[in-house]
Amino acid sequence: MNSKALYDHEIELTNVLDRCNAAARDAAIPSQDELPDGFSGTLGHFPVYFPEEIAHSVGLLPVNILGGGNKLEMKYADARMGSFVCSICRSTTELGLNGTLQDLTGFVTHPICDAAKHLAGIWSRNLPEQLAQILYLPQNVNTPGAARYIAAEYQRLRADLEKRTSRSLDDEALRASIRIYNVNRRLLRELYRIRRDEPWKVSCTESYLLLRARSRMPCEEHNALLARALDAIRHRSLPAQDKPRVVFVGGFCEQPPLEMLEAIDETCYVVDDDLLVGLRWLIEDVPETGDPIWALAESYVERSDASPVQHDARKSKEDYLMAMLKKSKADAAILTAAKFCEPGLDEQLAWSKHLDTENIPYLILEFEEKMTSFEQMAMQVETFSESLLFALA
Amino acid sequence: MSTETLHPTQTAEDFDPRAEGQRLMKEWYAQLETANARNAAVANVFVMGNAVEILRAFDFELVFPEINSLQTGVRKVSEEYIRLSEDYGMSPDVCSYVKADVGLILKENEHPAGLIPKASLAVASNMCGTFIKWAEIWERWLKTPTFVLDLPGQRAAGWQVRPGDAQHSADARWVEAQFQELITKCERITGKRFDMDKLAEVEERVNKMVDHWNNVMALNRICPAPFNAMLDGLTYIGIMNVHRGTEEGVEYMRQLEEHLKAKVARGEGRVAEERFRLLFSGTPCYVSMRRLVELFETWGGVFAYSDYLTFAAGGMDATELRYDTSRPLESLAEVTAMAAQRGLSNQFFAHERLAQQIKDYEVDGVVFHGIKSCRFVSSGMADTRDYIGKRLDVPTLYIESDLIDPRYWSDAQIKNRVDAFFEALQQRGGAGPAAFKTVATV
Ligand code: SF4
Ligand code: SF4
Repeated sequence: MNSKALYDHEIELTNVLDRCNAAARDAAIPSQDELPDGFSGTLGHFPVYFPEEIAHSVGLLPVNILGGGNKLEMKYADARMGSFVCSICRSTTELGLNGTLQDLTGFVTHPICDAAKHLAGIWSRNLPEQLAQILYLPQNVNTPGAARYIAAEYQRLRADLEKRTSRSLDDEALRASIRIYNVNRRLLRELYRIRRDEPWKVSCTESYLLLRARSRMPCEEHNALLARALDAIRHRSLPAQDKPRVVFVGGFCEQPPLEMLEAIDETCYVVDDDLLVGLRWLIEDVPETGDPIWALAESYVERSDASPVQHDARKSKEDYLMAMLKKSKADAAILTAAKFCEPGLDEQLAWSKHLDTENIPYLILEFEEKMTSFEQMAMQVETFSESLLFALA
Repeated sequence: MSTETLHPTQTAEDFDPRAEGQRLMKEWYAQLETANARNAAVANVFVMGNAVEILRAFDFELVFPEINSLQTGVRKVSEEYIRLSEDYGMSPDVCSYVKADVGLILKENEHPAGLIPKASLAVASNMCGTFIKWAEIWERWLKTPTFVLDLPGQRAAGWQVRPGDAQHSADARWVEAQFQELITKCERITGKRFDMDKLAEVEERVNKMVDHWNNVMALNRICPAPFNAMLDGLTYIGIMNVHRGTEEGVEYMRQLEEHLKAKVARGEGRVAEERFRLLFSGTPCYVSMRRLVELFETWGGVFAYSDYLTFAAGGMDATELRYDTSRPLESLAEVTAMAAQRGLSNQFFAHERLAQQIKDYEVDGVVFHGIKSCRFVSSGMADTRDYIGKRLDVPTLYIESDLIDPRYWSDAQIKNRVDAFFEALQQRGGAGPAAFKTVATV
């Protein structure tokens, strides 16, 4: 590799990351005039998983609503949501009430927890012109018939979206969207492979920014961006440093602030994580032939990841964490939870008890998307990292 | 009256719903205490979305962990259980019912009402997301076999689903498929064959209970209201849950209805002078419920209705929700799908249900009780309150405490708010101190 090529790739990556960074820091959604070609509106969806292909195929740009970050000023939501509700629900409500999300065609939430389900009611009371729904993804995927039920639920949603967009049922369009998302799935798998195999080439923060960019752009554009980024990452020649390998869990719904991820990157290699797991929920390609709704529904049951907000008798949460540690050859885990997130907090405790029995070191961190001070957390992580290096030496 | 000699021939006046309710509860706990020794099958279930009818057909003894937790509050020992769980590592920010239950596990199932048996099955549902995380604790820690029942709720505002329409049939089919699997699981655990006739018998009894229950609720539409939905109602709903589908449950509800009808005929209300009819939205604060009710009743305010009586009974408060015992399993699925939806709608699209309930019970105001640790009832409450106050022009009050954690009860602050609410109600042209509402007849 000559130095010119190295220089160019680094610039390329910086450009891509700048673009992603801008997308991540901006809670706004594209207005009607800014919509990319081929899209007639936007469909907001709350974490964790949403079958974006369905919205994409009817010309609605799927936008993942990920809260308001740590710069948002709360003017309305404080009076409409108890102080004991997690930040992502409160800031999402704020974005709804302050007009930031007023151009959405619809907003879909899921039965991941009770706070999230309440968003549909809040939306229907305050933004009645939008299509506000709960997509009832099942909490039992083990009973035969689950895929059939999910398919019916997807079909219902698709019909509602088609009515809104005046489009007619088009299986071929949905298959085309599935193909585009399959490319995305492959690219993301490659990104995470590099994280596991050569973590010095791409940090957790960079990987997160790359992934998060999909929340504000069409998947085809994201594919192009990811391809460019992956090429640049492969060509990077950064030296491996003496940092412990850790996995990061607890970022499945509310998003930790970027500064927190940066603080962890400083002293650890985060070789795997569950950040934005919903955007990569389907861990294999979705069949591109046959009934596309069935393909998506069946994939939800048979080719999906795990998270603290999904009960699946085949996937214990302990196995999920242990498999993540093993696959990424991690030395330790950072177990996080968003403040006031009941499922996250319950899981954090259960995971910590399990790691105690397995003698695997871990660090417990609680975060809020609205956090602005990170010094103390950075020190905790640094101390943890040093203790790991000492133990591993 | 003697509470030990209840008999069907007892007169409506003799019947003491509270004492009888307590007796039935005590008996139930006594039964549970010996369940493991008797090798009885035991199931942990929640009050919403629980398939109790199937479990009863297999003779499971039922443990209601929520009721165990609330009982620690009623018996004023909840703090001890909650602190134990926090010492173990549970976050202060999670449901206090779960924490009291973890405290119970740490105390090796020693509950103030008696020893709680080890369960051979747990049935959780998605009605409250915490149910699932809670059941996962037993699943992981105690290795309790767990079944999660997925019950689809209302998808959007204005969602109209009627029995038999396409959406309802699709949801019911999904619920039935899950029941089939639960039945197989129960057969494995108990070693018994499923008996459809027995299911029909349980359903017949539930039908009767629900009929009485609906009549009981309707009696409180009359003014003055014969019972306080948030005090007397809590005893009633306890029996609705614990004795759902038993002979004792039917008999209790029958006598209760008669007792309340007689009260109404006499023109007797829960409070001597009913001045304000109120709707309570949310969950009780079991440690201080008497005190809370007292704060309202001294002003002549009675809780004529509470949505708690709907969702905490799993939504079984509509006469159309009757089991067709000629096809027990299909009907169970149909009714469960519909009842679950009603229960869920009470929370997630609360404004729609409340608007109806405000009319049905002709209330003067709505009291919202926010609970830090229960996001199921509380997350959308402030926004719902805003809607009810501004769009429906119904006066509202918001108070905050906890279900069973006494550390969140602030007497002076709550009293101030309650007093200010009544003063505002009076100023609005509501009942003056001397006025009380006219008695209606049955
Ligand atoms: S952060 Fe936790 S509590 Fe909040 S919406 Fe997500 S899963 Fe629910
Ligand atoms: S969160 Fe609320 S409804 Fe759910 S288990 Fe706790 S108290 Fe019950």
